[in-house]
Amino acid sequence: MSTYAMLIDYEYCTGCKSCEVACKQEYHRPAGRAGGVEVQEFIHRLPNDQLFITYIPTFTRACVFCAGRVKQGMAPACVKHCMANILTFGKLEDLQQQLPEKRKAILWTKG
Amino acid sequence: MSRKDGVTIIKTTTWSPGPGCHGGCGVLVHVKDNKVIKVEGDPDHPWNQGRLCSRCLSMTQYMYHPDRLKTPLKRVGKKGEGKFVPISWDEAFDLIEEKMKKIRKDHGPESVIFHQGTGRDIGGWISMLAYAYGSPNWMFGLSGISCYTPRLMMMSITQGDFAVVDASQWHEKRYDDPEYKIPETVTIWGQNLPATCPDGFFGHWYVDLMKRGTQLLVIDPRCTWIASRAKLWLQLRPGTDAALALGFIHVILKENLWDQSFVEKWTNAPFLVMEKAAGPALLRESHLRSGGSDENFVVHDAASGDFVVWDSKDQSYEQPDTTPSLTGAFSLTLADGSSATVKTVWTRYQENAADYTPEKVSEITWVPADKIIQGARMYAKSAPSALHWGLPIDTIPSTIPTSQAINHLWCMTGNLDIPGGNAIARYACDVVTYPYHAGGAILSLPDEVAKKRIGMNDYGPIKDFRAWAQPDKVLEQIFSGDPYEIKGMWIQTANPIACTGMEPGKWRDAIKKLDFTVCVDLFMTPTAMLCDVILPAASFLEKDSLKAWWVPLQAIKKTVDVAECKSDIEINLELSKRFMKDFPYESVHDLFDSLLASAGMTYKDLQEKTWIMPPDGHPSKPYSRHEKGLLRPDGKPGFRTPSGKVELYSSWLEKWELAPMPYHEEPPYSPVSTPDLFKKYPLILCTGRRMGPFFHSEHRQIPWLREQQKEPVLEIHPDTAEKLGINNGEKVCVENWLGKITVTALTTPIIHPDVVMAEHGWWFPEKEGAEPSLFGVWDVNVNQLIPMSNEGKGGLGAPIKSMLCRVYKAKG
Repeated sequence: MSTYAMLIDYEYCTGCKSCEVACKQEYHRPAGRAGGVEVQEFIHRLPNDQLFITYIPTFTRACVFCAGRVKQGMAPACVKHCMANILTFGKLEDLQQQLPEKRKAILWTKG
Repeated sequence: MSRKDGVTIIKTTTWSPGPGCHGGCGVLVHVKDNKVIKVEGDPDHPWNQGRLCSRCLSMTQYMYHPDRLKTPLKRVGKKGEGKFVPISWDEAFDLIEEKMKKIRKDHGPESVIFHQGTGRDIGGWISMLAYAYGSPNWMFGLSGISCYTPRLMMMSITQGDFAVVDASQWHEKRYDDPEYKIPETVTIWGQNLPATCPDGFFGHWYVDLMKRGTQLLVIDPRCTWIASRAKLWLQLRPGTDAALALGFIHVILKENLWDQSFVEKWTNAPFLVMEKAAGPALLRESHLRSGGSDENFVVHDAASGDFVVWDSKDQSYEQPDTTPSLTGAFSLTLADGSSATVKTVWTRYQENAADYTPEKVSEITWVPADKIIQGARMYAKSAPSALHWGLPIDTIPSTIPTSQAINHLWCMTGNLDIPGGNAIARYACDVVTYPYHAGGAILSLPDEVAKKRIGMNDYGPIKDFRAWAQPDKVLEQIFSGDPYEIKGMWIQTANPIACTGMEPGKWRDAIKKLDFTVCVDLFMTPTAMLCDVILPAASFLEKDSLKAWWVPLQAIKKTVDVAECKSDIEINLELSKRFMKDFPYESVHDLFDSLLASAGMTYKDLQEKTWIMPPDGHPSKPYSRHEKGLLRPDGKPGFRTPSGKVELYSSWLEKWELAPMPYHEEPPYSPVSTPDLFKKYPLILCTGRRMGPFFHSEHRQIPWLREQQKEPVLEIHPDTAEKLGINNGEKVCVENWLGKITVTALTTPIIHPDVVMAEHGWWFPEKEGAEPSLFGVWDVNVNQLIPMSNEGKGGLGAPIKSMLCRVYKAKG
C-alpha cells in the first residue's frame, strides 16, 4: 500500500491561513479549536542580521488528508485553496521526485 | 450543475459584500435547499486559478450569521440609543421617500450627502441614486480622499490613463501567454501584498511571479514577509516617499539609466518652459504669436535653431522633420514684444532632480545612501521592470508630488504599457461599473446643481478629476452651514465611525446633527447605530451584478436569498424611480444591459459566459497602445493628455496653480516639521496596514476569521518597548494631542524602533452597541489620533500614516 504525503514548499507560504479556513469549511469545524492544519509563524534574525519571516503549515491529528475528497479525485481542501500554491498531495514516492531543488521543503507523511 | 446529492454548483465571481475586498475571484458556490453550504475557488477562472482567501472561504458563516440584518429597521429611541423596530420594505421606502423629498423641497437636493466606503460594488449605484435625487454631493469619507484617487488623478493627468503592474491578468493563459514577459524586477512600494488584494489586484500574483524568477525590491517601513524575501528592502521613514522617488530619479539621470527614445518621442521633455517673475510657465503658441493657441506648445529645433509649435490637436509639429532639442536654454522674443529665457522641460527636470542627492535623500528618508543608489539601479536596469505602489502614496498631504515622482519612474524607464511592466488599465471592454468622472455616471446633473458640489471651487483636482465631494470640506460644512445647510446623509458600504472617518467623534456629532440619515449595511455597525433607518443589504452571493475593474468583464450571479436582504443596486434603483420622474431603467437587468452596450452583449450573455477578456486590438487590452493610436479619442498615436505626451511637466498642475514637477514636502507632523511636538510625542504613528482575516472594519463577527486575531494590536519594536517598560501582550495607551486609545502591545522586530503601527477599523460586535459604547469603538479606534482638515494641496491626501504619538503602559 502506498504512503500518502503532503509536500510543503514553505519558502513561499505567506501565512494567509486559507488552508486553515478551507479545512474548517470542509468539515464544519468550530472556531476556537485547531482544525486539520495550523500555520506557525517564525521571525528569525539571521546571523547576517537580516530579518526573515517563515510560515509553516503544520498538520494536526485532526487531518485526514481529505480521504473523502481524494477518493472523488479532488485535491484536499487546503491544497486546493492555498493562495501561494505551496501544498502538493500525493504518493510519497511521486512527491520525492518533486522536491524543490534549491530550497528547503517539508514532506509530511501518513501511512 | 446539479449533483446526485441535491447540491447545485453555481459558477460566479466575487465583489463585496462578503469577502469585503475589491473582488475578482472566480468561485464555485455549492447550494442545497436554497442555502449556500460551501464556497470553493473556480480552477477555470484566470484571476485566482482555483485559490481562495480565508474571508471568501468563510462566506457561509458570513451569510447565515445570527447578527445579520434581516429586515429594514426604524429608529424609535433617541439617536444612538439602540432602539429600533423592524419595518417592511414598503414602509421603509415610503418613509425614506417622504423624509428625503421634504429635505429636497425645503433645502434643495444638495443638502443630502451620499456617503460611500471604499471602491467596491457601489460607485455606479450610489452615484445613480444621488443624481436621481438631484444631489451633486456623492462622497467617499476618507480625509483627502486618500485611497487610490490621488494616484489615479496623478496618472490620469500625467499619462492620460491609469496603469498597474502587468502580472499577465489580461491573458486567459496568464503567465504562459507567449506575449507576456515575466518582470525581471517588481518594486513593491508600500504594500503588504499577500495580506491584501488591492484595487483590482490579487496579492498572491507576486508569489506566482517570484516562483517564476522575478526579484523583488521592497520599500516599506516594516519588514513584511514579502520584504524579507526581497533582494533589496528599503526601510523608509513614513511619509518621505517623494524624496526617495526623487533620489531614484537623481541616480537614474546621473547614471544615464533612462530610456532616451521613450522620453524624446513620447514625453513633453523637449517642450519649452519660460522663466517668468511670477514663476515658470510652459511656453505656448499663444505666447509666441498673437492669435496662437493656448493648447499648443513650443520646442526648439536642434537642426534649424527655430522655435517650432507642437500642435496638440493634430499631434504633430508644424514643421515636418523637427528634431527637438531635449536640453538647453534659449532666448526668444514673445508676441507681446518682450524677450524671454526658456529652458526645455528636461533641463528643468534635471535641475529639479539635482537637489535630491542620495546623501540628502538618506537624511530625509533614513534609507542609507548606498541602498538608494542600489535600489535605483536595480529598478532602472531591470527589463521589464514593474512598480506596484500602495496606499501610503495617498495617505500623505504631499500625495500629488509623491504620486507624480513615482509615476515618472516607469515612464522615464520605458516601462509603460509593455509586457511585464506597468500596463495601462482600462475598464474591460469600456464597461463602466464604477465611474470616476461625473461623465461616466449612469445619470447626469444639470450644471446649476453640479456646480454646488462641495470642494470643487476650492480644489482643481476635485473640480476636474473626480466627481466626489471633498470630505474634509463636507464635514466642515455640516457644522458651519456655509454656503448652504446639510440636512441628510445616505450612508452605504461605509462605516465612518469605525473606519473611514478621521476624528470620528466629529463624524458622530455630524451624523447625529442631521435631520435624516439612512445606513445600508449587512450588520449593525457603530455607524448604523446612529442612523434613523437601516436597510439590510445582500452579500455578493445574493445579488446580480457585474464588474469590469480592470479585467475580466464579469458577472456576479444571485445564488440564493437570505431573509429579506436586498442588493445595493435593487435598493438604489427602487429609490431612484421614486426620486426621479422618467427614471430610464425599469429593472436592474435593464440597467446592466445598457452598461454592457459597449461590450456588444446583454447581461444574460455575460451571465452565461461568467467572464470575458477584452479582445486583441481593443483599447482595454495591452500593449503599446500609444503607438497604435488606441488611447486617444481621435485615434492618433499618443496619450490622452492635453498635449498628447506623457507630461513630465504637468500642464494640469500648472492650470491648478500647483507645482508642475515633483518635490519632497515634510509630513505636517514630524520630527522635522514639528520638533516641539515630537519631544512630547516621540514615536511616529503609522496605521492602516492590512490584516489578512479582516477587510477594513468588517469581519470582526465571523468566528473563523476573528479567531485568527481577537483584538487590535500596536506593533512596537522590542528595544522601544523595553525602554518604555512594556512587555509583549500588555495593554498600552497610544496618545497624542487629539486622542487616546488602549490596545495590546505586539513587540516585533519587523518595525523600525522609532515607528509604531496601529491597526485600523476595529470595533467589537460582541460589546454593547448603544451609545456611549458604540461596540467599544472609542477604546480602540486609532483615527481619534488623526485630524480632519489637514488635506493636501489640491484637496487630496491627508497625514493618516505619519502622525506622532507617545505610548505607555495602561493602568490596571
